Amino acid sequence: MAEFFHSQWGFPISLAHVLVALIHCFLLINVIAGGALVFIWMERKISGRIQDRLGPTRVGGKFGWLQTLADGIKLIAKEDIMPDSADPVLFRFAPYISFAASFSALLALPFASGWVGQHLNTAVFFVLAILGVEVFGVILAGYASGSKWSLFGGMREAAQVVSYEVPLGLCVLIPVMICGTMNLVTIANMQRGLFTNWLIFHDPFTFIVFWVYFTCAMASVNRAPFDLAEAESELVAGFHTEYSGLRWSIFFMAEYGSMFLVSGLAAILFFGGWHGPLPVFEMIGWAYEPGESTWHFTGYLANLAGCANFLFKGVVGVTVMMWVRWTLPRLRIDQVIAMCWKYCVPIAAVCFLGVLGWQYFQLPTPGSNDPAVIREHWAQPSQGEAADAGGDRPAVSGMDPWPADGKTQTNRLVEGA
Amino acid sequence: MLLWGAINWHSFFFLLFSLIACAAAMGVLFSGNVVRMAAHLIVSLAATAGLFFLAGAEFVGVMQIMIYVGGTLVLLIFGVMLTAQATFVSMKTRAGEWVVAAIVGGTLFFLLAQAAFSVDQWRTPRADQADLAAGVSKSSAPLGLGLLGVRVDKLDQTDDRIRGGMSGYLLPFEIVSMHLLVVLIGAAYLARSKKRAAVGQG
Repeated sequence: MAEFFHSQWGFPISLAHVLVALIHCFLLINVIAGGALVFIWMERKISGRIQDRLGPTRVGGKFGWLQTLADGIKLIAKEDIMPDSADPVLFRFAPYISFAASFSALLALPFASGWVGQHLNTAVFFVLAILGVEVFGVILAGYASGSKWSLFGGMREAAQVVSYEVPLGLCVLIPVMICGTMNLVTIANMQRGLFTNWLIFHDPFTFIVFWVYFTCAMASVNRAPFDLAEAESELVAGFHTEYSGLRWSIFFMAEYGSMFLVSGLAAILFFGGWHGPLPVFEMIGWAYEPGESTWHFTGYLANLAGCANFLFKGVVGVTVMMWVRWTLPRLRIDQVIAMCWKYCVPIAAVCFLGVLGWQYFQLPTPGSNDPAVIREHWAQPSQGEAADAGGDRPAVSGMDPWPADGKTQTNRLVEGA
Repeated sequence: MLLWGAINWHSFFFLLFSLIACAAAMGVLFSGNVVRMAAHLIVSLAATAGLFFLAGAEFVGVMQIMIYVGGTLVLLIFGVMLTAQATFVSMKTRAGEWVVAAIVGGTLFFLLAQAAFSVDQWRTPRADQADLAAGVSKSSAPLGLGLLGVRVDKLDQTDDRIRGGMSGYLLPFEIVSMHLLVVLIGAAYLARSKKRAAVGQG
């Protein structure tokens, strides 16, 4: 992409790199900001319907489309209050940690074939690690507010997130084990074709483990029924009791951003990512082949549809989270921890062993993709090379890891735009 | 436009991240509040992870975030919040401690500086370094294989034993794992509630 700016429009190469980075950041920030705009409206509408109300109806016409915008203007206009007993530096710092973590995890999330901010070989791992960092925002906010309610909220959040990282990691491990890679682009590409190729239908264990993943994901992004860090009925508003105005809204942008993030991760790991249930674009030959690096217009169209597909799956996940939130009552802290250690961890561990056995005994799966075809390229050195390097070296040990083709993949994004 | 051409972004971000890491490390030293120290430590360790990403070692960078930032520091802050007493929340350093710390820190700094300047390749930038960096793979596979005893980077060794398991890290890896397991069991033993014993005595 940077090369494109350089060669086509004559930008100096270092400026082109900056431009490209800014474009990526702009698009991803809009995923969070635009997402929050839509999700907050959805939350109001869904909660209204579940409670037999209408939800917002006035602002912006028939369905109250612009309610979030009105909320935003209200929040900007609010006074920014900081308690006297608060730690001023950490109090200001905390919302940005939450937001930055939520934003930087999106960097590694692919939105369509090759449309990914940063093509990482260890993308799954990266996303999980960043999700673990997000909790700092909440903990520091709880501590720095100088309020008992906030401190309780922060401590609950810490206990909860540290516990739920274990089953979450186990659940994510299972698709990684089936695909043999931590590269999200490769994992999604291995589920191409009919929806039977999706990993959730791989075998009964993956079907179970998806629900465990979704539960743990809800707990790790601090959504009801696991929102003990806020717990309005006991702790006023938990960790953000003392926050107001724009600082408070940054916390909420981060929360909605990470809700979309874990739903998108679920879509990639279990629901084929940007691949639809029927491989329409592959049948008419428009879609990119995995790893293809030349740009063509039909492929761009297929990617647009794929991106829409992916966003749709992510939004469905977020909608289910809202549905759960307005249906189930909040758990007690001991119930939350018991849920994690007595149910989620054992179920995930049993499923892990089950999938392991399923793979080992090569039991039938509905999918038709052969993982070996789309695997990372384990290039074997040619005979000539092997002879050059010492002759008697066994060729099988000369495994060259695949060339990082992240650059060629991201090229497509803006060359198309 | 000429100015833009002169910027080497790799160096720019290297300097930026190292500056952040060093400044935050100084912050850890000079702030008196335990939680604020931990917050500085988060920034410092995250900037170090950024340096790893910049070097193309994304696996190590993610490990850094996962283990140190996401794991150790959460537990640290959690522990501080559970146990925070007035004496620990704001710490005062006495003069004697300053002297000891200066001796230890100065010695370590001297050793590290000497080690850094004793490597020839690090002293002067070489023209072929860019080519070298381009050829280095970004995959975590060699690392994992190395842990299992297959050294992808030692394939040109003629000695079979060095090329095979002997130069691998399997044994150290296992020793570290066992050590961590022992520490975990010990911690659980120490932290378990003593209620049952008290009931037995009574």
